Amino acid sequence: MANLQEKVSRLFPEATFEEGEILLVNIPDAKLHDLVKSLRDDCGFDYLVTIVGMDWVSSLGCVYYLTSSLSKEFVSVKVQTTDRDNPMIHSIADLYRIAGIYEREVYDFYGIIFINNPDMRRLFLNIDWVGYPLRKDYDANPEINPVSIENERQTDHTDSWVEQPDGSIKHERPRVFKEDDFVVNIGPQHPATHGVLRFRTAVDGETIQKIDVYMGYIHRGVEKLCEDLGYMQTLHFMDRLDYFSAHNYHHGLCLAIEKAAGIEVPRRAQVIRVMMDELSRIASHCLFIGTFCMDLGATTMLFYTLRVREQVLDIMEKTCGARMTFNYDCLGGVMADLHPDFVKDVKALLEVLPKNVAEYNKLFTGNVIAHNRLKNVGVLSNEDARSWAITGPSGRASGWACDVRKTHPYSVYSEIKFDQVVRTEGDSLARFQNRVDEILQSKGILEQLLEMLPEGEYCAKVPKVIKLPVGHWFQVVEGCRGLFGVYIESDGSAKPYRLKLVTPGLPAAAVVDHITRGQKIADLITIGGSMDYIVPDMDR
Amino acid sequence: MSNYTIDNFSSLATWFDTMLNDFMPSWLATTVECVLVGVGLLLVYSVLALFYILYERKICAYFQCRLGPNRVGPWGLLQSIADMFKILIKELIALNHIDKFLFALAPYLVIIASVLCFAVLPWGNGLQIIDFNIGIFFLLACSSIGVLGILLAGWSSNNKFTLIGALRSGAQMVSYELSVGLSILTMVVFAGTMDVAKIVEAQADHWFIFSAHIPAIIAFVIYMIAGTAETNRGPFDLPEAESELTAGYHTEYSGIHFGFFYLAEYLNLFIVSGVATLLFFGGWMPFRVAGWDGFNEIMGYIPSVVWFLGKAFVISFIIIWFKWTYPRLRIDQLLTLEWKYLLPINLVNLALMVWIVVEGFYFGQLPQ
Repeated sequence: MANLQEKVSRLFPEATFEEGEILLVNIPDAKLHDLVKSLRDDCGFDYLVTIVGMDWVSSLGCVYYLTSSLSKEFVSVKVQTTDRDNPMIHSIADLYRIAGIYEREVYDFYGIIFINNPDMRRLFLNIDWVGYPLRKDYDANPEINPVSIENERQTDHTDSWVEQPDGSIKHERPRVFKEDDFVVNIGPQHPATHGVLRFRTAVDGETIQKIDVYMGYIHRGVEKLCEDLGYMQTLHFMDRLDYFSAHNYHHGLCLAIEKAAGIEVPRRAQVIRVMMDELSRIASHCLFIGTFCMDLGATTMLFYTLRVREQVLDIMEKTCGARMTFNYDCLGGVMADLHPDFVKDVKALLEVLPKNVAEYNKLFTGNVIAHNRLKNVGVLSNEDARSWAITGPSGRASGWACDVRKTHPYSVYSEIKFDQVVRTEGDSLARFQNRVDEILQSKGILEQLLEMLPEGEYCAKVPKVIKLPVGHWFQVVEGCRGLFGVYIESDGSAKPYRLKLVTPGLPAAAVVDHITRGQKIADLITIGGSMDYIVPDMDR
Repeated sequence: MSNYTIDNFSSLATWFDTMLNDFMPSWLATTVECVLVGVGLLLVYSVLALFYILYERKICAYFQCRLGPNRVGPWGLLQSIADMFKILIKELIALNHIDKFLFALAPYLVIIASVLCFAVLPWGNGLQIIDFNIGIFFLLACSSIGVLGILLAGWSSNNKFTLIGALRSGAQMVSYELSVGLSILTMVVFAGTMDVAKIVEAQADHWFIFSAHIPAIIAFVIYMIAGTAETNRGPFDLPEAESELTAGYHTEYSGIHFGFFYLAEYLNLFIVSGVATLLFFGGWMPFRVAGWDGFNEIMGYIPSVVWFLGKAFVISFIIIWFKWTYPRLRIDQLLTLEWKYLLPINLVNLALMVWIVVEGFYFGQLPQ
């Protein structure tokens, strides 16, 4: 870290530093692009984890979290602007492809315009929305933004603020599609979008030319809601993002808050949490296999995979009291101790798993039609996967070893032996097979955890109201679909000043345009399915 | 001719015809017969479609560790009837911005094509509605009308999804019509006739799949693949791939208009199976083994209608089995399969069949 600080301060003397868990570099906007470029090219920070939009009242700004796929080191960059009426920051969309989408999100919530971003539309909210909701001075009066009872407005144009050679900024309005494109609306009501997502797809016959992803149909403003709730209460939203990774997301937020508040979690609780994470992963991947095959027309697979998923849900129901939207992980541990049948049930599950996985492979993976449909469809190169921030099994299918359980081990993962499933083909088949193989890896993890499950407390004593000290924290965990990150900024009160959630669903949906160009309409379904995005996860 | 089975419907038909002619003029008798046959045909058509819907739902349920319909009637037997009533009382939703005439015409074209093909099938000994010397040719011609209805449905709905579905369907059916036609032609070469009744008769001792051995088996496999594609069923259900095009060409249809497409789809499944039965498995002929007289006699006691339906249901089961096992192909893979594989194999197979017929390398006797 000291090394990096030295290097940056030599190149950028105007930069100031804040030491901490993760090095924070303060940089004026004019140097932002150069700094990020040199971080990417010279220091190996090839993965933009997130852009956190911030309103510090005195200024607006962003915090960029970068990490390196080689050294696994994190660095954060902070940039501010004091102009509240017309805030502008330079875009880094040309350095990281995903930044274009993340900047749109910041623009949507904070009104910060990113210079040189080619597409500065709102990402989640309607185009006629008044105000920027995550600003601290936002007026939430419902009369300003009434519930619309008319058709959704939409425009064929996008906005772009382009810096001219003389340094002036010019506002342009390029078209999203060419004038004579044949645009098919796939979604928001469509069986293959797995939720309320809309692809505006320009096609030439059956060949896809361009896709414009429309999101935000089930945007609930979780980050905004969290700012008005105590830390305990914010937990309840986590199972409503990616509802298949409920345990993992709870785990992530718990870890972040516990880290900030200095709460020690009993070992039994840690093991239980990880067991629940892995059970979720099995259930989630089973559902993925089923729905993905159903998208491809092999309906029968769905029932074979749901059979296993039901078994997992039965286990969870006994211990957590719910089959979905679990609210099991709490600050300091877990809500309740394991059900007496838990160990027996899990052992029974682990016994049938390999047989079932073999059956899936026999029925689908080995099928010649399935191979033709998946092989070399939607190829995502390693470089693109990092640039688009595609994590989880999808990223690992592109040869990028990005499993947070290995790169930044948390809880008891460092003590467990398991393999990171990595394939290099980067096509839909690799993404599919990765998930099938991860089920077996989770099985191995669960076996080890059952061995090491200690007796003891399942929850530490924590105060009823938790106040975090002034500061900011960042925590990443591995959800079922990829990296889940939590950024908390606290002003010392009992509520988070800012709580930013980094979800794997957003990049997974955003990249669809990139990897479907030139493919067939049927491939859009294959590719969309293999990216395995969850709409509430991307919309939040 | 009737020594094969105990029943012979042609004598019944003759008796009925004589009876009618006894007390009414012949033109009236013919009209009455036509009406009765028409009503009977439509009745059998719809009852069979209802049965098929239940049949497929039950089979796919068992494939998928489910029970299938089991609430309406014993074992859910009345489920299809209840569904039929539901679809009959549903509103035909009037859409704006569509070509109303073509939109309304399309389902009728589809169902008429299907009923015409249906009429050609030899149901049992003497139980056949249309029987003339180019029966197979008539069948092929009629089955081609169906694609017109599908194209019209997709086009007139004024919807991008239905249009893509219709275009896919057009490409698919026109392509696979070739394979269906050629594999049927292969068997026609062997049979030496296009007359449905004569083809069945020729299989009294040996079904064609046995007597014409290798080329017949190749033709059968190709016919099954192409027939599945012709009926737009999985794994060739691209025109209505629900995960891609919602419902394809019939997305905008409601009520009985949708019901027509639905019925025609299931009946086409039966027709494809029926034609396979006719060409390869002896139509309504019982299974006979030369020399096993006792066995043959017992087989002969089973009514011919049961033989025909039984064989058709078994072949339908195989097609349903395809659908609930395989994922769907992509449009380019579908066309590649037809034009690069099935069509050349088919042509070679046709030549092989001609050679076998000329050289006499087959079992049994050919019809003269």
